[in-house]
Amino acid sequence: MNLLAFNLPIVVLLPFIAAAAAAYSAKFNRLAAAWVSGIATIISLALLIPAAAAIFGGETIIQNWNWLHQAGLQFAFRLDGLAMLFSFLILIIGLLVIIYARWYLAAKDSMGRFFAYLMMFMGSMLGIVMSENLIQLVVFWELTSITSFLLISYWQHRKDAREGARMALAITGAGGLALLGGVILLGHIVGSYQLSDVLASGDLIRNHELYLPTLILILLAVFTKSAQFPFHFWLPHAMAAPTPVSAYLHSATMVKAGIFLLARFFPALSGTDAWMWLVGGAGMATLLIGAYTALFKHDLKGLLAYSTISHLGLITLLFGFSSQFATVAAIFHIINHATFKASLFMVAGIIDHETGSRDMRKLNGLLKYMPHTAALAIIASLAMAGVPLLNGFLSKEMFFAEAVSFSQGNSFAWIIPVLVTIAGVFSVAYSLRFVHDVFFNGEPIDLPRTPHEPPRFMKIPVDLLVIVCLAVGILPMYTVAPILDIAVTASLQSTPPEYSLALWHGVNLPLIMSAIALGVGALVYFRRKPLIANYERHEHINAKQYFQKILAAVIRFSEWLSARFDKGSLQNAAAWTLFATLVISAYGFISFNSPLLGDRTLLPMEPVSMIAAAVIIVASILTLAWHRQRLQSLIVIGVVGLITSLVFVKFSAPDLALTQLSVEVVTIVLLLLALYFLPQTTPKETGMSRLGRDALLAIASGIGVFLFTMMVLSRDFSSISEYFLANSVPGGGGTNVVNVILVDFRGFDTLGEIIVLALAGLGIYAMLQGLHINPHSRFRINADAHPVILQTFSRLMLPLMLLVAVFIFLRGHNLPGGGFIAGLIASVALIVVYLSNGIEWTQSRLRVDMHMVIGFGLLIATTTGLAAMLVGYPFLTSAFSHIHWPVVGDFELASAIAFDLGVFLVVVGSSVISLVQLGQLSHKPENPEGV
Amino acid sequence: MTHTPFLPLILPLIAGILILLAKPGGIKLQRTLAITATAILVAASLYVMQSALQNPPQIYALGNWKAPFGIVLVLDQLSAFMVLITSLLAAAALWFAIRQNTDTEGAHFHVLFQIQLFGINGAFLTGDLFNLFVFFEVLLLASYGLLLHGGGRLKTRAGLHYVAINLIGSTLFLFAVGALYGILGTLNMADLAQKIALLPASEQGVVATAGLMLFVVFGVKAAMFPLYLWLPQAYANTSAPVAALFAIMTKVGIYAILRVHGLLFGDAAGDLAGLHIDWLLWLGLLSMTFAAFGVIAAKNLRQQVAYLVLASVATLLVAIGINTEQALSAALFYLIHSTFIAGGLFLLADYIRQGRGHAEDAFVRAHSMPSAILIGSVFIFAALAISGMPPLSGFLGKFLILQSALDHPAFWWILGVVLTSSLLIIIALARSGSLLFYNILPQEENHAPDNAQQTSSGKINMQGCGSIIGLLSVGAILVLFAQPIYNVTDSIAQQLNQPQMYLQNVLQFTPVENAHKELVE
Repeated sequence: MNLLAFNLPIVVLLPFIAAAAAAYSAKFNRLAAAWVSGIATIISLALLIPAAAAIFGGETIIQNWNWLHQAGLQFAFRLDGLAMLFSFLILIIGLLVIIYARWYLAAKDSMGRFFAYLMMFMGSMLGIVMSENLIQLVVFWELTSITSFLLISYWQHRKDAREGARMALAITGAGGLALLGGVILLGHIVGSYQLSDVLASGDLIRNHELYLPTLILILLAVFTKSAQFPFHFWLPHAMAAPTPVSAYLHSATMVKAGIFLLARFFPALSGTDAWMWLVGGAGMATLLIGAYTALFKHDLKGLLAYSTISHLGLITLLFGFSSQFATVAAIFHIINHATFKASLFMVAGIIDHETGSRDMRKLNGLLKYMPHTAALAIIASLAMAGVPLLNGFLSKEMFFAEAVSFSQGNSFAWIIPVLVTIAGVFSVAYSLRFVHDVFFNGEPIDLPRTPHEPPRFMKIPVDLLVIVCLAVGILPMYTVAPILDIAVTASLQSTPPEYSLALWHGVNLPLIMSAIALGVGALVYFRRKPLIANYERHEHINAKQYFQKILAAVIRFSEWLSARFDKGSLQNAAAWTLFATLVISAYGFISFNSPLLGDRTLLPMEPVSMIAAAVIIVASILTLAWHRQRLQSLIVIGVVGLITSLVFVKFSAPDLALTQLSVEVVTIVLLLLALYFLPQTTPKETGMSRLGRDALLAIASGIGVFLFTMMVLSRDFSSISEYFLANSVPGGGGTNVVNVILVDFRGFDTLGEIIVLALAGLGIYAMLQGLHINPHSRFRINADAHPVILQTFSRLMLPLMLLVAVFIFLRGHNLPGGGFIAGLIASVALIVVYLSNGIEWTQSRLRVDMHMVIGFGLLIATTTGLAAMLVGYPFLTSAFSHIHWPVVGDFELASAIAFDLGVFLVVVGSSVISLVQLGQLSHKPENPEGV
Repeated sequence: MTHTPFLPLILPLIAGILILLAKPGGIKLQRTLAITATAILVAASLYVMQSALQNPPQIYALGNWKAPFGIVLVLDQLSAFMVLITSLLAAAALWFAIRQNTDTEGAHFHVLFQIQLFGINGAFLTGDLFNLFVFFEVLLLASYGLLLHGGGRLKTRAGLHYVAINLIGSTLFLFAVGALYGILGTLNMADLAQKIALLPASEQGVVATAGLMLFVVFGVKAAMFPLYLWLPQAYANTSAPVAALFAIMTKVGIYAILRVHGLLFGDAAGDLAGLHIDWLLWLGLLSMTFAAFGVIAAKNLRQQVAYLVLASVATLLVAIGINTEQALSAALFYLIHSTFIAGGLFLLADYIRQGRGHAEDAFVRAHSMPSAILIGSVFIFAALAISGMPPLSGFLGKFLILQSALDHPAFWWILGVVLTSSLLIIIALARSGSLLFYNILPQEENHAPDNAQQTSSGKINMQGCGSIIGLLSVGAILVLFAQPIYNVTDSIAQQLNQPQMYLQNVLQFTPVENAHKELVE
């Protein structure tokens, strides 16, 4: 088994597994979480070692598994010099942070949660640097945004932690989305998301018309992640995180991810004017703003935060120079910044931990309380300032050299060395402030705790880092040179230029710039008091405030929009629906060149139809006019229904007329019952403008429906109905085509419709169950609820009406009628009995649970269909035969009649259940359990 | 004669009827029946899916009448896919409802639930436009019943809006079907498609009007801007398992557009081809924007989840609006994600509501809930999935959709709106998560017991958590097994893009010979 075939995904995934293990083990032992994390980190490191020989030999290891090949997705991991360098930084500094955090966290802080988040973050970072597939890289990129959100908000009870975390998430999350866009474009240009392909296609990319948008999107990701101007403001607020988190995120990892991307995409994207202006410009601005602001921060971590921003700007600026030498300097400075900044954050954490304060106005003269820590802090700060014999000096020297050489190309570029020297001045000044203010400068003022040295293990990580600072600073060729070399080779994808890591290059311009920076920087520091006073007198552009203002504006806008559009009002929703229908359907018509009307000859108008139409029109208008008097409007709605049935009669559709008539009766009765519980009049609620809008919509809808109908009716019509007429008798066994359609040709529709009816009945039952409404008081005038004449009459009528129902039912298949109409007639009969005699009286005599009637109705209809399946036909296939009955004669028996019986039962059951429920509303208290 | 296409319909229908008849047997019997029936339905759906993948579109002629005269069911890969998703979601929702005793809060829960499945599956399987209308009515009534289940002022109010707007939709559906029948003389979708392909120019305007009217109807179901106003309140106020089940309801609208407009106004439709596509894309983008703002403005978690549902449906609309085979496959992939994650999120929101006592799920400061770390972690998982953050399914789905949009003329609009709305959603979810789990009121000690009761956090009934785990795990499964799942969605998209097979199978289908039909001489 060759470890080198699959070790990379394990290196990346192990921290995630360790995260779960850490969270779980912390339940049993507080420290277990730290041990689990530490061991996992060491294993990950160990798994990288076997690959080291190959990498130092100049190879690139790629391990590939298919993920989704149609979309160009692979689980693909890559280890080359650059990835190796970053992995080592992530893992080694990670390990130190784990050791440090174990001592740093207080007893009340949850160890499990902390280490779980930290390990997830570590895994995400490893994923970024070791991804060969760019989409996979985006995945890990966003994971760092998410896990850093969790880490920054670790002390969740603190408002600044929550806000800082959300801000970081919003900014870096936005960058991640931009990266997704950029990578999709990049993949589109190159035809692959594999890094190897992308890196080999630099010229193709730079000459593509999509180059600029791709570049901008990717740089958005870089700038947000690496806290470049103007997105730098989230970083200082992320300092609300516990200090180990800051030490990790803001030295070697999170903020370096953006820089990593610059190094990674250097061969593919760099070298154009756009690159230089954007990357260089952002880098320069960030460098200066960071260095300047850092001097004025009283909070230790605040100073370090702005210093980090400034150093990130420095590295970005180097990449912006777009030369191979500059890349060497940039990568070198990445290493150096990671070491000294991690140690400084840890020192800040120690000071905070042991004194209870991070305010440099209070922290003074700590040298005598914590000399060891002071020594460490001084060395690391001097490295940050760029003092010789320390690593920071070497890379800063290279940086100055690059600034000088870049300035030679352009007559205005002389400004660049000047600006970077100014940044250097401030860098020296704030480094001095970190050292002098804290460890010298008199005695501490009002510290919450008496300062003392921290536990030994808290210092060990710092010791190690500071040793590295010294070793690299004094003996660069024997320490950092090999890994720097392979990292630069991997970043450039070519042999790096000849460069020298020597301490002494003779007296040259960069050395003079360094000297100026050191000298003037010291001067600035000792003149700091008036400078700080002056700084604090002025209002400063506070990007956080802008961010929050924009965010607040977005929230206000959202709320405004929601309140305006989604009002939770039915009328509003209905108006939008109708409006959309009108606009979209009308668009459909006008976008085609069809005549409005067809050429079919219209029937002549005759008086009966005209009267019917006039009555419908008048009734509709009256409904509108009387809509506040609910009873009246119900009556005129009834008129509309009646006329509709008459229209069916006129056009020889007796089945439809009968159905319409019975439906009309049942619904009006149910509506009357419902009205019993409602006020008699509707209050005025709508203003004139709403009325106007509604009137417009209503008129437009009316005209629209009219035109739409006319379009269809004025055209010639031929349809499949011929087939129904021809096959009704031979195929359906009935002469009433309407009924054969209902129970046979389209019996499945009917089954659906009776289910709808059943649902309506059951739904009304469920909705009204347990509900008690007092009828509106004005209805209680009539003391005689059940007039005797009506009672007697209805009891007499019941058998007659049921007989009619049976008659209508039986003849249905051949003559107008059928289960649906029969069911409605039977319902009307029962309803009359209920109404005239009262529900208790009727129920005591009609002891049938209407649920069961509905249930059996559905069962009969369905079983009729199933029976066909048993004999090898599709559901609902009908069969019919005729039998000879004595006396009666030949009688046809169709399976459809059973189906129709089901229909009949469901119609009766649903109508009656609805009526009984409504009728019982006011009686509920006596019978709380329902029917 | 195979009954395969009919299985997903007849099973819940029989189950619904039996459960209704089992009413006197009490809730235990009804539950047993419901669970058994749903388990069988899941198994049957798997079988149906497998059958659909291996065969060309299968026809089932109800009543043994050939198309276009009778109603036919058509089982193709898309139908089977939708049916399978529905039954899996239903199983999770049902389990949660039973374990949480939601089903005892009112009458007929299980009947309504099964008939709801009958209605949804019917809509997915029918090949007849009017029958689709009937199934729309079935699922509307069943969903109305479920929506109101348990009662209460808010549910009733939201339910009224829901049913009223959907009834407007039904009316428009009838207008449109009537007009199509009036011009084309048929109701079978395949037949309609065939007739539209040969339509003379003089009739195109009418058919276009009807087609776009149908588009509005399906848009109401799919909750497309500006037709979605019924959704947020309805989903936010109903019981958790019902809201979870409703995650499929918007997809019925999406399916109907894919099926009906795909067949009737597909590439073969001449001048009418792609009639709805631009509307789909641009209204989808608008929906996404409005939904994202709605997510920010939401006043409580369930409302927020409802808007998240809107946003994910909008993503689907956009994807279908891109109108390529690749985009369609991506859309179907995203549809799986959208359905299950939204379902899981509604159930999770119910835990959170229970845990926060009197504050419920409102976005106000409250006391810490029990098991806050566990619930919070699950919330983060769900939030990542639904907002489209890596490494979960929402991200993969959005990536696939964006990738398929690369050659579209509106690419920059699509990219911009999708990414910006994702960002707004991330910000909103970070705010709400931070408020629900982090920004908690301190635990006050030593106060009077009665006082304690008022301010204390609630209890969470963790029964039914299997449903949440099952639904949300889809977020990871879709990423890990992206290849086999995408192969399926790809195959579906291919079949949809070649409707000739569908048309041919429907129109050339011959019924079984020789039924028992004897006539009187």
